[in-house]
This record gives sequence, C-alpha cells and structure tokens, in this order.
Amino acid sequence: MVTFTLNGKTRTFDGDPETPLLWVIRDFEKLTGTKYGCGVAQCGACTVHLDGMPRRSCITPIAMIDGSDVITIEGIAGKEAEAVQTAWAGLDVPQCGYCQSGQIMSAVALLQMVPKPTDDEIDGAMTGNLCRCATYHRIRAAIHNAANAMEG
Amino acid sequence: MTIHDITTSRRAFLAGTGLVIGVAIAPKFLSAARTGVPAGGAGDLKPMNAFVKIGTDDTVTVLSKHIEFGQGPFTGLATLVAEELDADWSQMRAVHSPTDNKIYANLAFGLQGTGGSSSIANAYEQMRKAGATARAMLVAAAAEEWKVPAAEITVEKGRMKHAGSGKESGFGAFADMASRQTPPADPKLKDPKDFVLIGTDLPKLDTREKTNGAAIFTLDIMPDGLLTAVVAHPKHFGAVVKSFDDTDARKVMGVVDIRQIPQGIAVYGENTFAALKGRDELRIDWDLSKAETRSSAELAAEYIRHFDKPGLEATNTGDVAQAFQQPGLQTVEAQIVFPFLAHAPMEPLDAVFIKAADGSVDIYNGAQFPGFDQQVAAKILSLDETKVRVNTQLAGGSFGRKAQFGSPYMQEAASVYAAIGGDRPLKHMWTREDDIQGGFYRPMYAHKMRGAVDAKGRITAWEQIIVGQSIMAKADLDSTSVEGASNLPYRIPNLKVTSHNVTLPIPPLWWRSVGHTHTGFAVETFVDELLTRVGRDPVEGRLALLDAASRHAGVLRKAAEMADWGVTLPEGRARGVAVVESFGSFVAQVADVSVGADGAPRVHKVWCAVDCGVAVNPNIIKAQMEGGIGYGLGAVLFDAVTLDKGGRIMQSNFHDYRSIRINEMPDVSVEIIKSTEKPTGVGEPGVPPIGPAVANAWRKLTDAPVRQLPIVSIMSS
Repeated sequence: MVTFTLNGKTRTFDGDPETPLLWVIRDFEKLTGTKYGCGVAQCGACTVHLDGMPRRSCITPIAMIDGSDVITIEGIAGKEAEAVQTAWAGLDVPQCGYCQSGQIMSAVALLQMVPKPTDDEIDGAMTGNLCRCATYHRIRAAIHNAANAMEG
Repeated sequence: MTIHDITTSRRAFLAGTGLVIGVAIAPKFLSAARTGVPAGGAGDLKPMNAFVKIGTDDTVTVLSKHIEFGQGPFTGLATLVAEELDADWSQMRAVHSPTDNKIYANLAFGLQGTGGSSSIANAYEQMRKAGATARAMLVAAAAEEWKVPAAEITVEKGRMKHAGSGKESGFGAFADMASRQTPPADPKLKDPKDFVLIGTDLPKLDTREKTNGAAIFTLDIMPDGLLTAVVAHPKHFGAVVKSFDDTDARKVMGVVDIRQIPQGIAVYGENTFAALKGRDELRIDWDLSKAETRSSAELAAEYIRHFDKPGLEATNTGDVAQAFQQPGLQTVEAQIVFPFLAHAPMEPLDAVFIKAADGSVDIYNGAQFPGFDQQVAAKILSLDETKVRVNTQLAGGSFGRKAQFGSPYMQEAASVYAAIGGDRPLKHMWTREDDIQGGFYRPMYAHKMRGAVDAKGRITAWEQIIVGQSIMAKADLDSTSVEGASNLPYRIPNLKVTSHNVTLPIPPLWWRSVGHTHTGFAVETFVDELLTRVGRDPVEGRLALLDAASRHAGVLRKAAEMADWGVTLPEGRARGVAVVESFGSFVAQVADVSVGADGAPRVHKVWCAVDCGVAVNPNIIKAQMEGGIGYGLGAVLFDAVTLDKGGRIMQSNFHDYRSIRINEMPDVSVEIIKSTEKPTGVGEPGVPPIGPAVANAWRKLTDAPVRQLPIVSIMSS
C-alpha cells in the first residue's frame, strides 16, 4: 500500500507497485491533464511536481513516492502558476495543446526556483519538454512575460 | 481542382440548413467532460443551420467540420461565422461537428476531411454564409416579434437593435424563434472593407482549456469499466506472427485477455500499465518471409540505380539535352537522398469504443477523415454505418499522420475492439515506439539534379529525376512526388522533370507539406548553388528569374528586407534564403546560421514572409509559420527513420528519433503580406523553406553542399 498526497488530498494505491505515477494519476485518479508522450522521460508531457520539484511521472514507480506530495496541472496554484497560465493565454502559446500541461509544470517550477530566469536558464529548465508543434518561441516569451508580471 | 477554384457548394450547404444536428448521445454513465462529447455553449442550443447553434444563454456555437489539432480551425471558422453574424467574440464557442461526408464535406475533397492546409480556404465562403444565414434568421425573428421591418434592425457585437422603437436584444432570446425561420436562399456577405473581426488577432477559443489541463483528448476519455489495449507489432515491415507464447503475459496483474489480430498480438488490461507490462512479457516468433529486409543504405543504392532508367515525365519544356550542349555554361550536378520521416505527433494514435444500449457504437478519436473511420469500423464491427458514430476529438498533433485513405489505424483499433467482443468500453492506444516504428512515413526519396547557368545567372537548363514511393499508390505519375519541382517558379527555358515510383512494404504517407518536404529542399538548394557558382547573389539572382509582380517575388523581397539581406555579418555567421509556394501560399525565409559547439548547424534567427491571401487571424498565421519552421528544422537537422542490415527499424522513441528542443529553436520574425486574394492555408507552407534556407547558409559556412539528410547524418558518416 502506497500513501501519498495528490493535489492536497491523501490517496492510497494498492495495485502493482511498479505502476508508474503517470498511470496512477490518469487511470486510477482520473486526472487527465498529465499526458503520456513517450514513457521514457524523453518528452516531459507527464511532468508533475513531486515534493515541489518537477518530475517525469512516466518513469516514477508508484512505490517510490510513498509519503510524497504530488501536484498535477489540475492542482497548481500560487503566484507563479497564475503568472504562467496568464502569460500562456496572453500569447496563445498552445497549438495542439497536448504537451502544454507538462510545459507549464516545468515553467512554474522554474519560476518558483528562479523568479527572473535568463534565456540560458529557460533552456536548462525547459529542454526536457518536447513540443512537436514547436511552440518554443512563444513558451520562451511567455516565461519572460510571467517573470515580468510577477516582478511588477 | 485547385483551392482557388473552390466555390461554396450551395447544395451541400443547404443540405445541412435547418437540420437538427444532434450530438451523438453517449451512454448515461458518462459525463460530457469524460467523453469529450462536444458541449459548446452551456445553454439550450438552437440550430440555425448545420454549422451554427445559438444558445438561449447568448452563446454562439460553431460546429467545426475540421479537426482541431493545433492549426486553429476552431478559431478560424468561428471568426468567419462571427464576422457575418455580427457577433461579439466573447460569445463564440467551437466544437467538432458530427461525422457526415456530405453536410460536413471539405469542399476541396468532396468528403469530410482535414488536410492540405485547406480548412480556411475551402470554408471561407461557406462559414461566412452560415453566419450570414443565422444573422438573417435572428433578425427575421426579432422583426416579427417587434413588428418592425427587418431592414431597420441593426446588429453589432451580438446585440440586435431597432432605433425607431428602441427595442434591443441579444441573440439568445430569439434563438428558438430564429431556428424556425426560413433561411434566406442567398444571404448577402459583407464587403471585405467592412470586416471587423477577420484580419484581427482574436484570442484562440481553445487556449484556456489547454493551459489548465481541462482539454480532453482521446487518451483522456475514461468511461467506467474501460479496458485498455496495446498491440505487439513487428520490428520489420511486412512481418506477420508465426507463433506466440503468452503464458507469462497472462500472469501480469491486471491483464484481462490476449488475442491475435491481423496486425499483431493485442493485450487487454484493466489499466494502461497492465497492458504495457503484459505486452513486454509476450514471446512472439515473426515470419519475415514477406518482410522488407533491406537496409536504408541498400534501398538508397537501389533508388539511385533508377536514375539511368526512363522515368515518368512530369514536365518537359524546351530541349534539355540540346541546352546542356551550349558553350559558355557552368554545369552543376547533384544527388540528394532524403530519409523516411515519422510524423511523431505528441499524442500517439488512439481510439475509444463504447457500445450503447441499442448495440450501436460510439468511437472517439482524432479523426482527420472521420467518414473513412466510420466506414472501416462499421465493416469490422459488422454494423450498419448508421450504427457507428465517429466523435472527433481534439488531437495532440497529426502533421498528416491521421489522414489516411482506408483508415489503417482504425482497422487495427476496431479489430482490437471486435476481437474481445466489445461489451466493455475499450481504449486502444499506440505507444511512442509503435508510432516511430509504425510506418506511414514521409517516404525516402532520391533526387538527381543537373543544371546549366550562364555567366549572367540565367539558368538555361534544368533536369531533375525523383525516385521514391508513390504516396497516392499510383502506377503512373504521382503529382505529390513532383509538386514543387515540375512547376518551378523560375524562368528556365529548358526544363525536364521525371519520376520513378518505387514499391516497398513500408507504408508511405503525406507528412506536413507532402512533396514540398523534399522538392522544396532540392530545388531551393540547387538554384542557390547554380546562382552562386556564377557569382550571383541568392536573393537578386532569384528575383531576376522571377516575374517581379509574382507573389514569390513579393515574399522574397519582404524576407530579404526584414533580414537586412546583404548586411555584413559577424565572423562565423552565414545566411541562407529559400522561397517555396505550397498549397497556394507563398513563403520566403532567411536563416542566420553558425557552426554550433557540437559541429552541427546552430540556427539563431529566421525571418519569414508569408502571402496567404486574406489573413483571417494574423496571430494564428504567425504561430503556424513559427511552428512550421520548428517542425521542418528539427527534421532537417536530426530526423530519420532508418532500417539496419536485415531491415530492422533502428529508431524507437524520442531519444533516437530526435525532435527539436527549446534550446535549438531559433528566434523567429514573421510578416504577412497584405492581400485581397482568397485565403489559402498556413498549416504546411511554413515547413518547406526552412531546410533549404539553413542548408544554403551551411554551404557558405562549410563550402560543402548538403546532399544527404538529416544534416547530422553527414557529420557521423
């Protein structure tokens, strides 16, 4: 039995302990904002916050997270999340939108750690998140906009 | 028929007019949020015609006959309706239309489908008429109620007003009454000079739900009792199951059943992980007797042998053989080999099947040709087509992958569903490995080019031979193999283009911008090489070969102006240019490139000029250019699906089928040429110029032309 908190609520899981957190979140908890894209931590579509840090849920066995705190796109809150989501909407960043939950989770984690990131710092934090629509140009601009909005 | 010839099919339009289009009824245990069944506005929605519903809550819901997978039809089509309806943008909503190959036909195809960058082009008048019709019906209802002449009622930002009586109302109050009005036979459309919404950067309708996790894609549909299935596929094209042992797979917790289907071995799980883990435990012996066992290198050698054989003639003007004999010419020859490319949309292929109480079946999928999906599924499920409802869902990209004649993906998915009886709801999904190794690639091509240029930069002769699979499965000339080459925009008096169709067990498919993915590269790198061979500037030299008033020349001049072409560059930087027309839109790009720390091209900046006629939503056009540049650049730099010796597919996931990442994405500036021409598409046309623009800069930096793609493969070979 694995016990963890998901978006502030205590949850338990007693299925296959190898089940990746991604599939627990989606198939068992029915939270579908966190996406499958590769299953091998190459695309970042499954990014969640695990104890406050961005984490690829597709390669994180549920047994590893006993006692941890998990936040998904449905549960993010706070000034960084608000600034990022507002900036994303302001620039109409998403195209197909499938990777965007993961992009936003990575961007929010970045701003929580580095409130005013440089382009290099954005590259460092966001390189693990693929977007096949290649919305990168707007993602970068939106992160800068979010940082500026938080500052102002 | 070209996009320019499309006129609204009045019969198709009227066929839908006044029809009550019911949204497929999902089983009661499903909430709308869990099924992805289109909801639109929240109120009671009254249909004005097949495309527009007015809600009693004042919302206007547009039924999009085109799938939304990022290219913007929800917003674009809603803009066209809102313009003629004189609606306020805040009241607009969009959902996918039901499946109907007549009412919701793409007017460029004659059946329902999204592709060829045609959504706005084919629907431009149709959606405006749908909006104008709804407006007339609302006004007629208000005139009746208010007992005033309809001609005296004005509509602005979703408010109907009669100045004389002081009456005023939103649309919602008249939704029901309007839906019972007779639609006007020929609604009057606005003069473009009176547009208030078309041509503005309206915010996209689907952005909000794509930033908070609420957007529902096929993978997110989770009815109670859902089974999830994956299929074990061969690693060789054309291989079939000889025998299999599922003893260990059946022991996996949560595995429900295992069945053989024509495409492989299907594993059914109570959850996704159970199905995946079960699949890993299968032991399958594959029969390779009919499989492709040649390597990519062996295929390339085979392609090149075709160069010496007579080909299918696409163009033959002047006398190429004689022109090459003339004195005083510089002659250049080139062979370029293009690899197989996977589309790799972020959401791999998937579909959900749910049987209703009456035995009919709802299918939820990212349907790019929903009518084909319906036909194929009905056949496999032994149901009448009317008992199969295809509910198109938001899709996590496609880039052509989901547009397939005969719906081979649906054949597999429906077979998986049928094989287990279909009583429980079922989700079939491909993994990324299935996607990268699943075929339906942009085919491999080999081009042979020969050109002659005089000292003034006049190209006197051009011969091009293109070898590859026919995407349209033709025995004779396939125009998708030669488009962009057989119709060169440049003045070349002696031009000969031929092609050879190669047949392989590797299924081919169109990939974002189709033939232009390779012809654009071959033509634009080769013309650049010919011009620089005689000392001509790539921009001036091209302009000299183009009609000054042409749209090619227009975008080329604009991109050059944006980039300040000719400016002295810092040491180690070079710029390349390319201009390509595709799908009726004209795009020129200038790329600023250096040799990166890893020895590969580093693209710093791209200037892009696009002429796509009337710009319905400039912000979406710019986004499609940015995305097309990123998509095309990633492919040209990194991407190839290759077969090793013995024919095994070498790539399997994003670690070895590279995709461009944020640190590799150039800064992009886009400008749109002002135009009153009919709108043309933007989903694909941003892709073709980036490869040759980068390769032309790379040739300046390294003195080596790019003859093999992706560019990183040159470095490792």
